Amino acid sequence: MAVLTAENVTFAYAETPVVDGVSLTVEAGAFLGLVGPNGSGKSTLLELLIGLRRPDSGTVELFGESATSFDDGERIGYVPQDVATANGEMPVTVAEAVRMGRYPHRWYGRFDDADRAAITDALDRVGIADLADRRVGRLSGGQRQRVFIARALAAGADLLALDEPTVGVDADSREAFYDLLHELNDEGLTIILIEHDIGVVTTHASEIACLNRELFFHGDPETFVETDALADAYGGSQHVIAHDH
Amino acid sequence: MTMLASSAPRLTAIPLSTTDRIASAVIDGLWGTLVGALGELTGIGVLGLPFMQRAYLAAICVAVIGPLVGSFLVHREMAMIGDTLAHSAFAGVAAGLFVNTVFAVTVPPLLAALVVAAVAAVAVQTLIDYAGTYRDASLAIVLTGSFAVGSVLITATDGGIAVGINAYLFGSLATVSRANAALLVALTLVVVTAVAVAYRPLLYTTFDEVGARAAGLPVARYNRLLAVLTAVVVVGAMQIMGVILVAGMLVVPVAATTPVTGFKRSLLAAVAVGQLATIGGVTLAYQYDVAAGGTIILVAITTYLAVTIGSRLRHRRVAGDTSAEN
Repeated sequence: MAVLTAENVTFAYAETPVVDGVSLTVEAGAFLGLVGPNGSGKSTLLELLIGLRRPDSGTVELFGESATSFDDGERIGYVPQDVATANGEMPVTVAEAVRMGRYPHRWYGRFDDADRAAITDALDRVGIADLADRRVGRLSGGQRQRVFIARALAAGADLLALDEPTVGVDADSREAFYDLLHELNDEGLTIILIEHDIGVVTTHASEIACLNRELFFHGDPETFVETDALADAYGGSQHVIAHDH
Repeated sequence: MTMLASSAPRLTAIPLSTTDRIASAVIDGLWGTLVGALGELTGIGVLGLPFMQRAYLAAICVAVIGPLVGSFLVHREMAMIGDTLAHSAFAGVAAGLFVNTVFAVTVPPLLAALVVAAVAAVAVQTLIDYAGTYRDASLAIVLTGSFAVGSVLITATDGGIAVGINAYLFGSLATVSRANAALLVALTLVVVTAVAVAYRPLLYTTFDEVGARAAGLPVARYNRLLAVLTAVVVVGAMQIMGVILVAGMLVVPVAATTPVTGFKRSLLAAVAVGQLATIGGVTLAYQYDVAAGGTIILVAITTYLAVTIGSRLRHRRVAGDTSAEN
């Protein structure tokens, strides 16, 4: 079953085209790594895919509905780009942030036992139960990411969308974070991830989409590293970040 | 009493018999009796004065709604929107007084202020959402624009309304007439109810606006709601705080309690600091015969400084202890 289908999606900021004729299908249970050079429209495409932006032309369907009018907000867990580095002076605790995952189920009224259980389970699942009463803004980058993942899990999200989640996170935390994503993906969560580190993403993702305004490649990581899609997308001359693992 | 009524005559002049009777029953009957009895019990004479009873009632209301709405503004880095809307409320007051003088109709200045500030609130939010202008530039445009309109209107009547405007600019304990106190109580009920009902959407949007949109929340609608609530708070608090200082009640108590962990706890703590500032400020202002708005803000800022320095020192000591253990 397709979680997400984009057909011929085009989007421009004023006169500057950012995403051009992208067609893409994400099946349930996929772990899609979205790669491309800086300014290639990755973040914009992700926002189009989860209905945060309306395409100039083309269509996006989320769980079989038009993405822009999609209103089962709890099915999508979104982890924003600057989550690990943003300076959070707001006195929100980890528990309060994870409780927000239940808000789309219950914008008003008291939480019931199922809500409370979902929150406790989510905190346990990502291993931050002991941080529940700490301020989100005082945590390390790696811990903060887990808070946002826990929020998505508390919501009961079917799709996790992450925009460069490991910027500003140390190497050990990053490995642990990808291990967690792996486990969640194995448990059936569909993941779309923007990652600038090609080596990391080809190691962990089950499929790769390579974008530079247009879609240059969509397929499995093994094929991706063998083709010229990467060089084509990056224009051959740009420096590519890659690691050996 | 006659002197006090004459300083804010226009609201009391409207013939609202039922509303008047309810206001009288609540403000004079219930609240007056309660505070008067408290005054006799404690021997604090000032609590027996009707205009001080109303001033304390206004102080309590202002200190509830200011920090309540301010908590959402401060953490969106929109602290200055209160100041902008206060200046547009001032334009509203000027417009109300102008219409009253020129056309000889009775428009309550506070009602005019409420309408103009609410319109300005939506205008500011729309500028921010769609015009692509820098946020603080939008605020500055609406702030100066409103004040410009107000100042032109005042001078257009040969200074006839300049006297009345003074009380709104700097605030005054004496301008809290019975009708104004009743209005403030009503506005407080509206704001508290609105925040209680919309608490989760407002909190989610304040913490993570993009995440809130991804979660299916109509964020723009809640941003406008918050802006309009800010306008309501500003107009309600303007009577004792004054146009120029009213924004302080939205910001200073919240800034003072930011070290408190947990948003809900820090929000309640901000209301408590607000109460300390307004009740303390009104008392001091009466005691030394100085401006209430200014005294309230000074008490609030003193509290802010004490809390900030205190929490810094505590952190340093905790950090010192931890490093000593290691």
